Amino acid sequence: MTVASAPTRRTHTVRQAAALGRRAVVRFARQPSSWLPATVFPLLLVAVNASAMGGVADIPGVVPPGTTFLMFLLPAAIIQGVMFGGINGGSELATDIQGGFFDRLVASPVSRPAILVGRLSGAVAFGVVQAVFFQVVLWPFGADVVGGPAGRLVLVIVAALLSLGLGSIAAGLAARTGQPEAVQGFFPLIFILLFLSSAFFPVELMSGWYRTLAELNPLTWMVDGMRVQVLEGFSLSAAATSIGVCLGICAVGMLFATQQLRRRLAVAS
Amino acid sequence: MTATSVPHEVPSASGAASVPPWPLIRQILHRSATSLRRIPAAIIPVIVMPIFFTVAFSGTFRGLTELPGYPTDNIYNWMVPYACLQTASFAALASAFSLGRDLETGFYDRLLLAPAPRWTVPTASVLWAMVRALLPLTITLSLGILGGMTFPAGPAAVWWLAVGAFAVAGLGSLWGLGVMYRLQRQSAGGLVQIGLFVVMFLSVGTVPLELQQGWLPYVARWNPLTYILDMARSGFIGTGAWADIWPGLVAIVVSAALLAWWAERGWRRLVP
Repeated sequence: MTVASAPTRRTHTVRQAAALGRRAVVRFARQPSSWLPATVFPLLLVAVNASAMGGVADIPGVVPPGTTFLMFLLPAAIIQGVMFGGINGGSELATDIQGGFFDRLVASPVSRPAILVGRLSGAVAFGVVQAVFFQVVLWPFGADVVGGPAGRLVLVIVAALLSLGLGSIAAGLAARTGQPEAVQGFFPLIFILLFLSSAFFPVELMSGWYRTLAELNPLTWMVDGMRVQVLEGFSLSAAATSIGVCLGICAVGMLFATQQLRRRLAVAS
Repeated sequence: MTATSVPHEVPSASGAASVPPWPLIRQILHRSATSLRRIPAAIIPVIVMPIFFTVAFSGTFRGLTELPGYPTDNIYNWMVPYACLQTASFAALASAFSLGRDLETGFYDRLLLAPAPRWTVPTASVLWAMVRALLPLTITLSLGILGGMTFPAGPAAVWWLAVGAFAVAGLGSLWGLGVMYRLQRQSAGGLVQIGLFVVMFLSVGTVPLELQQGWLPYVARWNPLTYILDMARSGFIGTGAWADIWPGLVAIVVSAALLAWWAERGWRRLVP
């Protein structure tokens, strides 16, 4: 009897997580104010920077011959889109807490992990869509991926994992504060970290302490790994570096989110 | 009997012409300054964002000076005015958010009942944005000096930078008023932000027109901010020649006229 109930409970958890994930995706898709900035802003930034700083590609050693500055910026666009999406996922959880939906979920016989998994699966789905969307939209303008389908797949995997990592940190913040504004306040911090990396400009052209900081920033390692797929071709070691950094962010984020959710559930019950 | 006891300063529908506007403007400015001081969430971005933009722009894009034809070899001389104007636009954004909050909570209606001409209320919003722009101006300039910024035109360089910063704060505030009066909710601040960001990005923020490629220079050439930025930079990149300044002044006057019209049309929806 006990043996038979264990898989049933697991199946229930998966079903509940799927239902909550579907709710997260549908809710996100139906609110253009959630996904439109996440789509428009990165595209605008990439279009402007590629046009304004296109001349940087002429400096020897910055990008391989035959590639463009737009290709250089493709990983930055994907990461920015994912950042917006991941943080929005956390912000939505805070909205659920603020609006009372979270309390109703807790009062129902829903599995506790399903609450977090459902919410994060929405963020991951959006990250995957963003990664594919930016590659497709920028491709006619010359943003090809030299690494081919394997390189493109690496970009999608990194986007999905980064969504999960950032989404879980944002969800942890949401569980801790219950305030969407507090979760949104996390965005500038991530943006600053992204600026202090090689996302928008080659590290080789930076100097002094700023360059040292950028070289030590794990986001630089992640972006560089993605960039190798775009500019040079598929590389397993570069892909492993990018994915490794993302897994690190995921581990920290999931630990934080789980702790904070437990804390909130303890307060709620 | 009752009629004779009522004070004659009761405002008419169009505003009390006999009551001086300055006390109300002063009170609104005082209230805004107090909010800024008392709410950490409001004061932190005012201090952090100028630091971030100055450091990030100057640090990340330092290599741009290696481009042939780049107007200066000192990245601070190019990026500090951009960071300063960018953060001055945030003063306008904050003013718009504050207006949205007052409209949502009904405080704005009470302000409109104050015994002073009604135009003092939007005027105070614009003035507050301009006063607040002093903070990012001071912070970005101080960081620039620490980083090694030079002043080829002497004190005039700072003067024209200040004119640019106050102008951007004032113009951005007029844009924000127009949006907020039409939508009357705090969430409309996102739209104000998008407008300000787009204007900033589609200008000569990071590189001059001559070095831009593709479609951007065609758009930037028609963007008034390009000329305001040129004016703000004139004393740092060159010697502050009049030829670099007057197009900026014209851009300010024309933009102010158009944006004041935009704000006034929105205001009429709120106060017919």
